[in-house]
This record gives sequence, C-alpha cells and structure tokens, in this order.
Amino acid sequence: MGDHIELVVPARPEFLAMVRAIVTLIAETGSKLPSPRIDDLRLAVTEAFANAIDAERRKPDAERQSVVVRCELEPDFVAVEVHDEGGGFDPGALTPHPDVTKPARLQFERGLGIPLMRELTDQLEFRTEGDGTTVRLVLTSHLRST
Amino acid sequence: MELGLVVREQDDWAVLTVSGEIDIATAPSLRERLYSLLAEEKRQLVVDLDDVGFLDSTALGVLVGVLKRARSEGGEVRIVCTQPRVRKVFEITRLDSAFDLFDSVDEAVRGARE
Repeated sequence: MGDHIELVVPARPEFLAMVRAIVTLIAETGSKLPSPRIDDLRLAVTEAFANAIDAERRKPDAERQSVVVRCELEPDFVAVEVHDEGGGFDPGALTPHPDVTKPARLQFERGLGIPLMRELTDQLEFRTEGDGTTVRLVLTSHLRST
Repeated sequence: MELGLVVREQDDWAVLTVSGEIDIATAPSLRERLYSLLAEEKRQLVVDLDDVGFLDSTALGVLVGVLKRARSEGGEVRIVCTQPRVRKVFEITRLDSAFDLFDSVDEAVRGARE
C-alpha cells in the first residue's frame, strides 16, 4: 500500500492556488507521473476543488466550511479525492454542451469543468454520501493523446 | 495571488496582457477588466496569455462570455497563446476552434498566422 496524505482546507477560492501547488509537489515527490501528467493532475484537482467550493457556498455558514483533499500515491498511479459536504451532486444531470462549431456553444460560459476532468483523468468517479460528494481522480503515468 | 492586467493600444486593437494564474479566485478581475474595455467601446480585443502559467475552466468561461458579447457588438477577441500547457486547455475543450489563437500580439493584430 502506498503513501496517503490528507489536507483539510478552508472552502474558499483564495486557497485554490495553494491546493494545486501542494498536490503538484506531492505528486512530484511521491510518484513517477511524468511532467505532462502532473500538469493534468494540477488542472483536474483545481476543477474538483473549485466545484467543492461552489457546493459549500450554498450553505449558510459557507465561510467556515472545509474541503478534504486526500492523495494516494501508488507505484503506477496517483489518486486524489476531493470531498465536500455541500449537499450532493448528480453529474448525470448535466446538459451536454452544443458542439464548439455551433454559435449556440457560446451561450455556455460554465459547465466546462467536469468535461475537462473527464479528459484529463484515467478514471473519474463521483460518490454521493449523505450530504457530501467525493470526487475521485485517478491518473496513471500513461500519456494521453489530446 | 493577484493577476497582472496591463492594457495598451496597438493599431485599432486593445491588447490586454495577463500574467499569473487564472482560476475562480482571480477570474473575476479578468472578467471585470475585459467588460470595462467593452464598455469603453473597445471591441477589438487581443488577450495575451503568454505570461499565464495556469488557467482553468473558469478562465475559459470568462473568455467565452467576452467573445460572445464582443461579437454581438460587431467586435472580435483574439487570443495569444504559445505555452503548450495553456494551449492544451483550449484544445481539450475544443475551444481552439471557437477562438482565433495566435503566436504573437503582432500576428493577432494583423490577423495573420506566419
């Protein structure tokens, strides 16, 4: 079993840059992920943490909420779980965006985060547990073609 | 962490040079600056992202919104982006086909890729 590192971070946007910097350092220190995959992890974690902050913002005492970020370092992959208590989430309920070549695509300024996470990860999983949501991102060393 | 946002004029274009990392913490200042340029009737915009070390989907959302508004007012938004790490985000989301991406401000202002 590999190493586990857990961060409990205030659910506020000003901590987002810190989270991605720390997760990047953790992956650089404790995994064999090549640099382009670490870039993918940095972006995927940012999207997951931003969604968690959004979820926590719906609560009345949003300023005092925390997001838990758990990193799991294995020989052939890195898994990061981002957990919030923001009230659950159904990724299947998302409306697909029109193709980018269609003028209607420009009506969508939001909702790019989850499609991005899907492209960047080897495995993306959403778990709803009570009032909380856990997003699990798994990245292997395998380079993805874009 | 704050974004660097510097505006200058080149030919008939307002060139906004952005530096730093764009995410949900910093995207509001980018949005505000771009919309204030549109409010000043500067509808020919070049957004230079070459000093941006990181951007996420929030940044793309801001740029999509500004592009939509500029085009509805007869304007245009051109993006300068040579860093592979940043360009990749446009490519993954396929927004590289919605925006005109250029390798330099000079090229963006001329509207020609060398």
